[in-house]
Amino acid sequence: MTVLEAREVVSGYGEVEILHGVSIRVEEEEIVTIIGPNGAGKSTLLKTVFGLLPCKRGKVFFGGEDVTGQSPQVMARKGVCYVPQSDNVFPSLTVQENLEMGAFIRRDDYRPKIEEVLALFPDVLERRHTRAGKLSGGQRQMLALARALMLDPRILLLDEPSASLAPNMVDLVFTKILDINRSGVAIVMVEQNARESLNLSHRGYVLAMGQNRLEGSGESLLNNEEMGKAYLGG
Amino acid sequence: MKVDRLLTPLSFLAITAAVIIMPAERSGWNFDSVISFLTAFATTVAIFAVITLGLNVQWGYTGVFNFGIAGFFMVGAYTAAIFTKPPAESEFVRYIGGFGDSLAFLPFLDSGQWLPFVFGTAAAALMSGALAFALSIPTLRLRADYLAITTIGIAELLRAVVLEERGLVNSARGLIGIPRPFHDFFEPDDYKFVYFGIAVLVLIIVFVAVERGIRSPWGRVLRALREDELTTAASGKNVFAFKMQGFIFGAMIMGIGGSIYAYERGSISPDTFTPFFGTFIFWAMLMVGGSGNNKGAILGAYIVWGIWTISLQLQGYDMPEVVRSRIFFIRDLTIGSLIVIVLLLRPAGLLPEERKVSLFIGRDTGPRPREPAAEPQPTDEPPPD
Amino acid sequence: MVRPIAGAAQLVERARHFFSSLPDTVIATAVWLLFAALVIWAVTSEAQLVVVGIIVGSILALGAIGLTLIYGIMKFANFAHGDTMMLGAYVAFFFLTGQVARDATEDAELPWSIGSLPGALEPIGKLTFGYGLIIGTVVAAMVIALLLVALNRLVYRPLRQRGSGIVVFAVASLGLAMATRALMLIIWGPDPRVYVSGIHMADKYDLGFTTITLKADQIFMFAVAVVLTALVYLLLFRTKLGKAMRAVTDNPDLARVSGIDTERVFTWTWVIGGALVAVAGVLLALQAQLNPNLGFVLLLPLFAATILGGIGSPQGALAGAMIVGISQEVSVGIDLSIGGADILPLAPAYKFSVAVVIMIFMLLLRPQGLFGAKA
Repeated sequence: MTVLEAREVVSGYGEVEILHGVSIRVEEEEIVTIIGPNGAGKSTLLKTVFGLLPCKRGKVFFGGEDVTGQSPQVMARKGVCYVPQSDNVFPSLTVQENLEMGAFIRRDDYRPKIEEVLALFPDVLERRHTRAGKLSGGQRQMLALARALMLDPRILLLDEPSASLAPNMVDLVFTKILDINRSGVAIVMVEQNARESLNLSHRGYVLAMGQNRLEGSGESLLNNEEMGKAYLGG
Repeated sequence: MKVDRLLTPLSFLAITAAVIIMPAERSGWNFDSVISFLTAFATTVAIFAVITLGLNVQWGYTGVFNFGIAGFFMVGAYTAAIFTKPPAESEFVRYIGGFGDSLAFLPFLDSGQWLPFVFGTAAAALMSGALAFALSIPTLRLRADYLAITTIGIAELLRAVVLEERGLVNSARGLIGIPRPFHDFFEPDDYKFVYFGIAVLVLIIVFVAVERGIRSPWGRVLRALREDELTTAASGKNVFAFKMQGFIFGAMIMGIGGSIYAYERGSISPDTFTPFFGTFIFWAMLMVGGSGNNKGAILGAYIVWGIWTISLQLQGYDMPEVVRSRIFFIRDLTIGSLIVIVLLLRPAGLLPEERKVSLFIGRDTGPRPREPAAEPQPTDEPPPD
Repeated sequence: MVRPIAGAAQLVERARHFFSSLPDTVIATAVWLLFAALVIWAVTSEAQLVVVGIIVGSILALGAIGLTLIYGIMKFANFAHGDTMMLGAYVAFFFLTGQVARDATEDAELPWSIGSLPGALEPIGKLTFGYGLIIGTVVAAMVIALLLVALNRLVYRPLRQRGSGIVVFAVASLGLAMATRALMLIIWGPDPRVYVSGIHMADKYDLGFTTITLKADQIFMFAVAVVLTALVYLLLFRTKLGKAMRAVTDNPDLARVSGIDTERVFTWTWVIGGALVAVAGVLLALQAQLNPNLGFVLLLPLFAATILGGIGSPQGALAGAMIVGISQEVSVGIDLSIGGADILPLAPAYKFSVAVVIMIFMLLLRPQGLFGAKA
């Protein structure tokens, strides 16, 4: 079953059009990576899907339902959770409070969920009552992921989860992403770190200049000669 | 929208009509008194337009959010006063300066009638500019809202100094008997037309100076840095220096406005330079007329002062005492609410911000009103993708 | 010519970097030590000044708590805050006495008002007011809260939805300040009023080394300031809504992304802020008088206290208000000569200028204030 689908999405910032009709699709429990050069529209696509940017033309479907233009609050309620690239934790709130905010719209007792999620991130669990602003970059990224899990999402939208992290942290983050996926959550990632992310993805899309360029399984994209030089870099 | 494009000419006509008809009706259609009224009205509009132009330079072009206009206005007015008045003589009226007599030193051309005023206005511009210079260090690097609070604070501090230091400019009692340029040459009845001419002349000079300044290479850097500080800094321009220059230029204009205000009124006191009358009213004028547009600044002064004057005119009509005794407050309520309504419905003001501003390219005014640009923030950029 | 200026500016930058980076604990300790030293010095020479300063500080604190909440969450400097406080005071006055101004000399009075209730005007214990004023304050709090929510819906939300910058909000709030003051002048006239007329004697308290005079009302104000600060603190740190308010203060976009209904948080902010403003206004009027011009005058010390304490922090608002209040009173009351030059006391006209100077120093050296988060 297709969890998420974006069809011919046109959007951008104010007057400036960034996406000129992009389509992607994510199946149940898949990891999909979106890569491409700077300015390609990768982050813009995630934001449009999540409702942070208005969708000028095209449609977005979640679990078959048309959710084009729904606000982020609604999307979160439906089971789509988004982790921004930066400023993705509340710095003056503690780890515990950050997670409580993640669970804000839950109507049930969220405390077991907090324990469950924290168990996935022992490093963060240790610092439960520390203010998020005092965590290291890697720990903050973990917390950001944890926050997004509080609502039991069916799919996570991750904007450059490995950005500005040290290499060993990058590995850790991707390991966690795999763990999360194994628990049944579909994942869409936008990444600069093409090689590592395609490695663990089921499928991938290459965007450039606001349009689809390539699509395929993670492996085939990795091995694709044409891509290797243009987009994979190192 | 039809109404949208007609709003500017409509407002202008409405104000003009009211400003002519009301005094006409009240005076029984006496031509002379209507002309007299209109001249006084237009003179004040010209004076306030000068100050609003100064604000436009500071905010519309340089992007400095100055809530302390009253300070520059006041410094300009008082400086001009002490430069043109004779020295303080009595026990009860004390002030520094009083260069009026000593400045009339040219033995010909009856220099007492104009030379001190030239000095007075120049000094007013310099003093206001100096104030801006002194304020640059603590204030210019501040975020917009902090800058606003700080400038209000400093304006009020200056007003406290004027009120407290009795020897400075006669504190709360203010200065009276400020002379008028060319006064002795004319009949008292005719003088108001002369002063109107002087005020308009000053306005034209300031307007031309600002227009040329903005269209010069210097002006273009200024506007570029208002839109995007980061990129302008990256191209090697000293952002702080440019901001300071724009700030000072605008302040000097406000000082000039203060000087012609002082000459016209003949008397000034600290009560004039309150946050409402000395600062807020000019923001109202600029927002109504259109920030980033010099003609807008003048139009805004016309409309806001028109509303001010009209509401005072209403006093003359037959209305219940309940309303009449409160007319000043109703006027304040109107102006205060007006600015909120303008910001809600027409935030860019009546005349749109000029898009291309250069000596070498034709002027292009945008077709739609644009929201006055927010304080330039690096994070307003769409994130790199 | 620009170079020495730029050089001086750079020096300021370096100082700011230093002070802003000092950890919270260092700052808090330094402040308390400095403050304790100041208080001890002042108390041993002029205890009454410090007492007055604490009272002024209490009133500033009440206003500052509301201002810091609104500033932190709505993200704009509310220039209408002082006038809204005074409006709250007038509304309480209206419900208590039913009076509005008819013309310059006479009032119109409603046939019934809270003051008509039996014993409503009977002073409670040593206080000057009766339970009538308390009811009036509660009603005023509801009215002001409602008014602010309406303003939010009619003015601030549309501006927000348009993506307006802080400048537009600031100018709009200044316009509202002017309009509010004009409204008070229209309804109640320019002559100052009081809740309870007559002269009330203050009590003398013997502290051993000195005696101070205090009115029971003033002790009450201090108590209210402390209690309200504590309540707001508990709200922000122990309740779900409060944590959401702190989250929105930190990062409104992330709050939205997490599913939090930020508009509802904003509405609640205005409700709570409105109630705080009304209470602050009533106590201000109790200490001073009901006067339409008093609101705007207080704005500068209020901003000073808020910025000094750190925007968004209620305990910062209390600390900042106390520091501003005491500094103001001490600077115009105490004698201080250095090397034969009379530095203090300042003339009373400069009282609020002291607040301005404190604020400017804070903005230059440590813009996040004492307890605020570093930007």
